[in-house]
Amino acid sequence: MMQYKGWEGFVPGKWCNDEVDVRDFIQRNYTPYEGDGSFLAPATDATKKLWDIVCDLTKKELANGGVLNADTKIVSTLTSHGAGYLDKDLEKIVGIQTDEPFKRALQPFGGIRMSEGALEMYGYTIDPNVKEIFTKYRKTHNEGVFDAYTPEMRAARSAHILTGLPDAYGRGRIIGDYRRVALYGVDYLIQKKEEDKLAINGDMTPEKVRNREEIADQIKALKGLKAMAAAYGCDISRPAETAQEAIQALYFGYLGAIKDQNGAAMSIGRNTTFLDIYIDRDLKKGLITEEQAQEFIDHFVMKLRIVKFMRTKEYNELFSGDPTWVTEAIGGMGVDGRTLVTKTAFRILHTLDNLGPAPEPNLTVLWSKRLPVAFKRFCADISIRTSSIQYESDELMRPEMGDDYAIACCVSCMRVGKDMQFFGARANLAKCLLYAINGGKDEIMKDKKTGKPMQVSPEFMPITSNDALDFNDVCAKFDNMMTWLADLYVNTLNLIHYMHDKYSYEALEMSLHDTNVRRFFATGIAGLSCAADSLSAIKYAKVYPVRNEDGIVVDYRIEGEYPKYGNNDDRADELAVWILKTFMKKVKSHYTYRDSVPTTSILTITSNVVYGKKTGNTPDGRRGGTPLAPGANPMHGRDCNGALASLESVAKLPYEYSRDGISNTFSITPGSLGKED
Amino acid sequence: MNGRIHSFESFGTVDGPGIRFVVFLQGCPLRCQYCHNPDTWGAGGKEYSVEDVVNRALKYKNYFGNGGGVTVTGGEPLLQLEFVTELFTALKEKGLHTCIDTSGITFHPDDKENVEKHKKLLSVTDLVMLDIKHIDDAACKKLTGQSNKNTLAFARFLSDNHTPIWIRQVLVPTITDDDGVLQRTRAFIDTLTTVERIEVLPYHTLGVVKYEKLGMEYPLQGLEAPSKERVENAKRILCGEKK
Repeated sequence: MMQYKGWEGFVPGKWCNDEVDVRDFIQRNYTPYEGDGSFLAPATDATKKLWDIVCDLTKKELANGGVLNADTKIVSTLTSHGAGYLDKDLEKIVGIQTDEPFKRALQPFGGIRMSEGALEMYGYTIDPNVKEIFTKYRKTHNEGVFDAYTPEMRAARSAHILTGLPDAYGRGRIIGDYRRVALYGVDYLIQKKEEDKLAINGDMTPEKVRNREEIADQIKALKGLKAMAAAYGCDISRPAETAQEAIQALYFGYLGAIKDQNGAAMSIGRNTTFLDIYIDRDLKKGLITEEQAQEFIDHFVMKLRIVKFMRTKEYNELFSGDPTWVTEAIGGMGVDGRTLVTKTAFRILHTLDNLGPAPEPNLTVLWSKRLPVAFKRFCADISIRTSSIQYESDELMRPEMGDDYAIACCVSCMRVGKDMQFFGARANLAKCLLYAINGGKDEIMKDKKTGKPMQVSPEFMPITSNDALDFNDVCAKFDNMMTWLADLYVNTLNLIHYMHDKYSYEALEMSLHDTNVRRFFATGIAGLSCAADSLSAIKYAKVYPVRNEDGIVVDYRIEGEYPKYGNNDDRADELAVWILKTFMKKVKSHYTYRDSVPTTSILTITSNVVYGKKTGNTPDGRRGGTPLAPGANPMHGRDCNGALASLESVAKLPYEYSRDGISNTFSITPGSLGKED
Repeated sequence: MNGRIHSFESFGTVDGPGIRFVVFLQGCPLRCQYCHNPDTWGAGGKEYSVEDVVNRALKYKNYFGNGGGVTVTGGEPLLQLEFVTELFTALKEKGLHTCIDTSGITFHPDDKENVEKHKKLLSVTDLVMLDIKHIDDAACKKLTGQSNKNTLAFARFLSDNHTPIWIRQVLVPTITDDDGVLQRTRAFIDTLTTVERIEVLPYHTLGVVKYEKLGMEYPLQGLEAPSKERVENAKRILCGEKK
């Protein structure tokens, strides 16, 4: 006899034996699906009507300059707002961020200035009381960080050699295991957290005090989540008993997270295999039809499509739009060789047909050659029609992460409920190379007092000769400068994440993680290909420095040809690999906050444009202010041996040194993939 | 042995079957008015050894699967007949599929030595993509600067040698896009026994930019790409069921 009604009919195991283990539940209960999509149901009338409402609101929002309505007074918490609906009678899955759809929440814990500024940009004024509270009485993450920043950190930040730092906004990138809400119910989760808290005793070191306080906050958040659901007339204290309840409970978990946090990327995890177990149970019992199952998923996805945050226009410029990164990882293969593709993987992709294409949620198929052929065909067909599926290599990630990982943002993988990460933006290595040449003086920024070039790093020996740059000399100096930068970068992040934990702790998201969570310290690199090509130019061509009146090298004269990264030419590609490995080794040599595991990513997908603006002329011939390449891409137009050569260059970057992800942006026209007949 | 090479393409998907490593050889005796690679006509390019090219191609072996391989095109690749023969011999040793994209212009049916050389090449060639520029000799001379005699003779030679052929016909409005011309081309193709496929390549204006860059006058100034209907018509005539 199962402990809860919601568990009846499920194969028992470790998961229900006084544990929290969603993966074990999935493995024992899911049904792999090898068939095609012919079982799928179209959108119901209710779905169509609801989607019309969303489309109508979207039009109004655009007409209103990008924001339809914004809360200026009520600080968003789990229970700050009452229930809100698109159309209460039609919605099978309910819950929105405030009390009205498209009304953006006020989330000042990351920084009151960001909240105030964002509101102002769209013509709203923050309530003076809220401003007073968050300036006078309640410190924010942003204020904490700037209180503690060293002058050197501030200089590196304003010179943009460190850039996109999460010091004024929510760091995001943490994925709660929202499935736990459905499988266990909140009361069970609270009980487990109480037990974890009890186990932390003895000498009250600051570490233990913090852990006890954080668990207490997590428990409060779980209680808040229950109250939030209750406002919608839903009881999530116990395990979900039907498919509709399971989807609803899971979504409430996620809704709690986005009410609590305006994070840079608020991804939702890996849920289709889990939900399929519930849908399958209800279908077998004859409780629901396929039409209803699809309707639940359609309404769930509709909610994920209208996730909105209040952000400044600069922020949106950095990310080229208003992304929320509601990434849902789909499919993949289990470590036992069975596919994790279920009918619900089809159902969620089918929303792209029922509701039309959309960038969010960021539906991400974990790709393996071994995926069922019918599923691969189905994905390809939808991709061709909608261009709305992201694919990532399950084969690359599974060995390290197992078969229950999800993707935060675009490529950053973590085991669901077991790993979290401290998001760390980017160090601009192209600019670092310029600092190596100029002894740490910025090639663009001037010291406000003296009007002379700003000394950002300590005074390193610059290159003084006007002869062609010597490769070994530049490499040695670059190596030194990377040592400095890695040190500063890691410590800047240590400080930022200390403050984020202190003033804007993600209590709800962390309540849906194991208490003994593995933490990643997710650094990032920008300008890799530019730096690699620059080194290649110095090594294989002759590069002469051109100085300004202050003696700063501001341009480079190149004589001769040099091999360029992106042509599957080891001479250039090895330099990119060297830069990555060297920088990462330096990052790893430092203490990282809360003993987190250092990782790095090479994935500036849109912000490369902004970073390029702040980077002067580089020795590869790139003009100052022009974009760096996105992610690990070759520099624009320099890969001239076709797609495979370009991709092979990128593929040489060792994943074990860039565990947080390597991205390569690649567009291709259908015609260049071959002929139709 | 070295060959003079214009460039490489690691992901060729339109020059032969499957995914192909494409080698663009430098130099061409023709001056086709619609040519979109005028930069491959003259001297220039860079010298690469057979070994170097083989090593480059082998980097992509995993992508070739069962269908793909290496295509040499140009320019006119057979201007460097010995190089291509040596390259293909080496590629065949590595088990790779070999394909030539040619106009057949270098073939001289009356020159025994020349024929032997071509024969040797065909022994290491899996597929020839033959571009019959124009079925009418006078029109061909006008279009390319050269007679089509060698091309047609080469087609016959391929057929007699049991070498698989893909016919490529560039469809140029006012020049080859004419039902009579297409029907005569079809009649010729029907006399060949090894044609596996007939491709209609619609004329396009993407090459115009290159002419501007090279400071050359574009011979077909103002000529537009053929309509979908005309392309379909050409396909019907060239590839449709025999009447």
